[in-house]
Amino acid sequence: MLADQDRIFTNLYGQGDWGLEGAKSRGAWQDTATFIERGRDWIVNEVKGSGLRGRGGAGFPTALKWTFMPKDGAGDGRPSQLLVNADESEPGTCKDRDILRHDPHKLVEGCLLAGRAMGAHIAYVYIRGEFIRERHHFEAAVQQAYDARLIGKNNIHGWDFDIVVHHGAGAYICGEETAMIESLEGKKGQPRLKPPFPAAMGVYGNPTTVNNVESIAVVPEILRRGGAWFAGIGRPNNTGTKLMCVSGHVNKPATFEEAMGVTFEEIIEKHCGGIRGGWDNLLAVIPGGASVPCVPAEKIRHAIMDFDGLKEAGSSLGTAAVIVMDKSTDIIKAIWRLSAFYKHESCGQCTPCREGTGWMMRVMERMVEGRAQKREIDMLFEVTKQIEGHTICALGDAAAWPIQGLIRNFRPVIEARIDAYTYSSTSDGAVPSMAAE
Amino acid sequence: MASIKVDGQLVEVPDYYTLMQAAEAAGAEIPRFCYHERLSVAGNCRMCLVEVKGGPPKPQASCAMNVKDLRPGPNGEPPEMFTNTPMVKKAREGVMEFLLINHPLDCPICDQGGECDLQDQAMAYGVDTSRYAENKRAVEDKYLGPLVKTSMNRCIHCTRCVRFTTEVAGITEMGLTGRGEDAEITSYLERALTSELQGNVIDLCPVGALTSKPYAFHARPWELNKTESIDVMDAVGSAIRVDSRGREVMRILPRVNEAINEEWISDKTRFIWDGLKSQRLDRPYVRHNGKLKPASWDEAFAAIARALKASGGGNKVGAIAGDLAAVEDMYALKALMTALGSGMTDCRPAMSGIDPSMPRSAYIFNPTIAGIEDADAILIIGANPRKEAALVNARIRKAWRARGTPIAVIGDQADLTYGYEYLGNSLSALVDLVARKGSFGEILAKAVRPLIIVGEGAVSHGAAHSKQIGRDVIAMAAKLATGSGASEDWNGFALLHNAASRVGGLDIGFVPHDGGVCSADQVGLAGKGELDVLFLLGADEYDMNAMGKAFVVYVGTHGDAGAHRADVILPSAAYTEKSGTYVNTEGRVQMTERAVFPPGEAKEDWAIIRALSAVLGKPLPFNSLTGLRAAIYAEYPHLARIDQIAAGSVADVRRLAGAATKSTAASFTSPVKDFYLTNPIARASATMGECAALAAGLKQAAE
Repeated sequence: MLADQDRIFTNLYGQGDWGLEGAKSRGAWQDTATFIERGRDWIVNEVKGSGLRGRGGAGFPTALKWTFMPKDGAGDGRPSQLLVNADESEPGTCKDRDILRHDPHKLVEGCLLAGRAMGAHIAYVYIRGEFIRERHHFEAAVQQAYDARLIGKNNIHGWDFDIVVHHGAGAYICGEETAMIESLEGKKGQPRLKPPFPAAMGVYGNPTTVNNVESIAVVPEILRRGGAWFAGIGRPNNTGTKLMCVSGHVNKPATFEEAMGVTFEEIIEKHCGGIRGGWDNLLAVIPGGASVPCVPAEKIRHAIMDFDGLKEAGSSLGTAAVIVMDKSTDIIKAIWRLSAFYKHESCGQCTPCREGTGWMMRVMERMVEGRAQKREIDMLFEVTKQIEGHTICALGDAAAWPIQGLIRNFRPVIEARIDAYTYSSTSDGAVPSMAAE
Repeated sequence: MASIKVDGQLVEVPDYYTLMQAAEAAGAEIPRFCYHERLSVAGNCRMCLVEVKGGPPKPQASCAMNVKDLRPGPNGEPPEMFTNTPMVKKAREGVMEFLLINHPLDCPICDQGGECDLQDQAMAYGVDTSRYAENKRAVEDKYLGPLVKTSMNRCIHCTRCVRFTTEVAGITEMGLTGRGEDAEITSYLERALTSELQGNVIDLCPVGALTSKPYAFHARPWELNKTESIDVMDAVGSAIRVDSRGREVMRILPRVNEAINEEWISDKTRFIWDGLKSQRLDRPYVRHNGKLKPASWDEAFAAIARALKASGGGNKVGAIAGDLAAVEDMYALKALMTALGSGMTDCRPAMSGIDPSMPRSAYIFNPTIAGIEDADAILIIGANPRKEAALVNARIRKAWRARGTPIAVIGDQADLTYGYEYLGNSLSALVDLVARKGSFGEILAKAVRPLIIVGEGAVSHGAAHSKQIGRDVIAMAAKLATGSGASEDWNGFALLHNAASRVGGLDIGFVPHDGGVCSADQVGLAGKGELDVLFLLGADEYDMNAMGKAFVVYVGTHGDAGAHRADVILPSAAYTEKSGTYVNTEGRVQMTERAVFPPGEAKEDWAIIRALSAVLGKPLPFNSLTGLRAAIYAEYPHLARIDQIAAGSVADVRRLAGAATKSTAASFTSPVKDFYLTNPIARASATMGECAALAAGLKQAAE
């Protein structure tokens, strides 16, 4: 359990002043000049020592990502750049918005320090289109920082730094790092082929690191308290604190900061007032945002909420957006809804995702009613496998995993639904035969 | 060089190679839809997935991944890729299934049937049944103009058409709108495309989504005879394939010729074929009492013999060759004129500054079309290459895109699909450049490989102007091309002709000699009654009302201007109906092949002239095409070297540069005002007519 003095986001609920004064009273912008002075390698080493893994979902070690940036520019005069991914659109995820609206200076300061760590003098912050208040607060915070000469040219920290706030137009795919780069450049938000990776060829062709808001916002606190402090929280390889967002059938849905490595049961009991109707009423949990497979009740209760713990449970931590479903949930319909979301948000660039997401959604639609054949369950599983890993970006994987989780864990439910539909059919054929036959 | 193992076979490839190229080097076939070697890499069809060792553990798009992106093994073993593993097979089958679920099963009524990439690859990589039980997607068809027909249900979103139009054709009129399965290829406003290269998207489309509108439902590919030939719509000489059925040309497609057209052709080249069937002259005509009456060959020849007998003979007889005449035709006509004692022959447009005494390098595109890509500065004088030679323009755009070659234009300020510095349209701008004035003057002074494109609009100034202007332009352009900084082995003087016959005619000396005068003066003399008989060898671009009472013999294919003025019409064969030699603007000798026979009683031009010479009692010394060619090759050996260029010498260009210039004022404009209607065949084509009307804004989109 996370002790109160170990909390990083102390204004997560917006009770205090989100502005510069409030942020300073909570410790922001202290010793920043010292950190800048200690230089690039020191910051990278501290963050490396903290064991911080990317908070956007994939869990890639943040410091390692920074070291991919060229040491002294690209060697050909191309500037290094930081791109902060604030396009938080994953269903169930609502952690970055609280940072943006209630503690924006954490991110502003983090941008400066991360910028120093990768030799960047500019950060682009791409904010989701639907975030209006969040953008106002963040833009105001950036302005306050400029006015106080905390950032900008010839600032008091001695590292010239600009922050450009960009407002998206509300496409989920623009949260994918290369689609975000395209969108930022004013093009259609479609993912790029990798390689070249953004660290070699990113925004406007310059080396770019793309980081999640939370990954950047925790950096100042890590530097202030030391990487060892952060590494001391949680389990090895899964260190630090994490913002988690619990939604669905709990008594008190909430976003909160918790240490990695606590069990699912603990976070639900401590922060969310328990499952609606008690633990016996729990059906399944999607533990990491819409794109990860769901985990049935018996497996999730004692699962450890970190990258490795949830991997063992057959899912993944993702953004730590926990969607809890009790037994009143039609799990097939719930996953169908996610399929519909991915079908709607597929960019249409590459074949498996463009054609496959619609196919999966339509089969799911029939399975919600039970209007399907049992062998179609296997077919559907195979289709998800044909999409997974065959696309340009990870949206194909994200669309496939929820359905795989459903079939792996709730196959009897689907079969029962098909049986029920078949039994209630009449002799003149309410169950349509397959078109191919 | 990098080494890579492809299916266990070690190959050495250049390190810029993609995995797909490496696989091809090793002889492994990789299916693809979106990849095209002349367009940017999209990587979106996912058909070319391969398994790699030394890279990510999932299938990789081989079109997009470089050999050098793969890491070698722990002991320095070369990276490996596999094209035949179960993982690859499954990936291909999966992608193929996804492509087919929303693709209509209308192959029997699809014009792409038989030459469809999807059809072929479905045979090789698909499965036999569909597991897709839902409704298929329906997409509205789009209007793209009179040339490209759409059937958007069939589209597989490879975006080849989008990439071609934006990258090669230089128009930003097509794109992919919408998202996910609602993504559609469209021109959005649904106006006709404005590129003169748009027909190429038909070839590029791997399925039947974009097909040829004029050719729609006319024929199946397997019932067509394919004849490899050369295009004569402009002086570029694109490599084409003429597809014919019976006596009809059904369509024209490009062939690959890296030196000239890569694999594109212009719309005029591609869609001209309906003009080969209408307005054709299929029998001789003789004018009686002011009216043309059908006649037999004997009657027609007799009428000509009478007119020649009545004429003064010698230089009272003239001959002008038109834009589509082959070398053989002109050689035969020149031989006949010589036999008649006349030096009145010309193949140049009115008041051309190209002097018969000039060396070959003064009238060819010395740097070659492929050489455009090597140039480090390009100046275009009095030409609109987009309309006069669309594929030369595409090359210039390619150079501009790849290397940012600086370009300047003196002449029409037209949209050439690339950025250029506009220097006005007057001679003074050229004089300033010769004096190295202005920013572009400095660029040219520094250029190692300057390319000076001189259009016919700069060297031919019409009947009212003097030839001196053209000669001075050539001298000044030669000066710029051989300027101080220019490399010794670079010949940057480039004359851009706009007629297929021109260079061939100049090569065999179809120009005035022995007291003869140029084409404009011949017409003038005819008007004054000082020229009695005038032969027009497919020449329609002259003022037919200015020929006075001269007896006009028209040898040609179409009932165009020349035929209307003619006193005797001798019907001949079009370029698809004869084997003829053409020399393109580079000086490259090429030959057309006969795909179909000429209509009716029409004969090949050289045979008509040979037969006429016999009637006139002055039989020419050849009885067959072989004999004629033997005579030509004996006199002009370079014409025997098909597909090759007898290079013009730089020294000759330097000598041209030394000529004193006298002109003080002139303005330059491109002679091609309407791209779609430049020759008799195009003017007979309904398709070209529709395009011309659309281009002129006379007609709005039909749908």
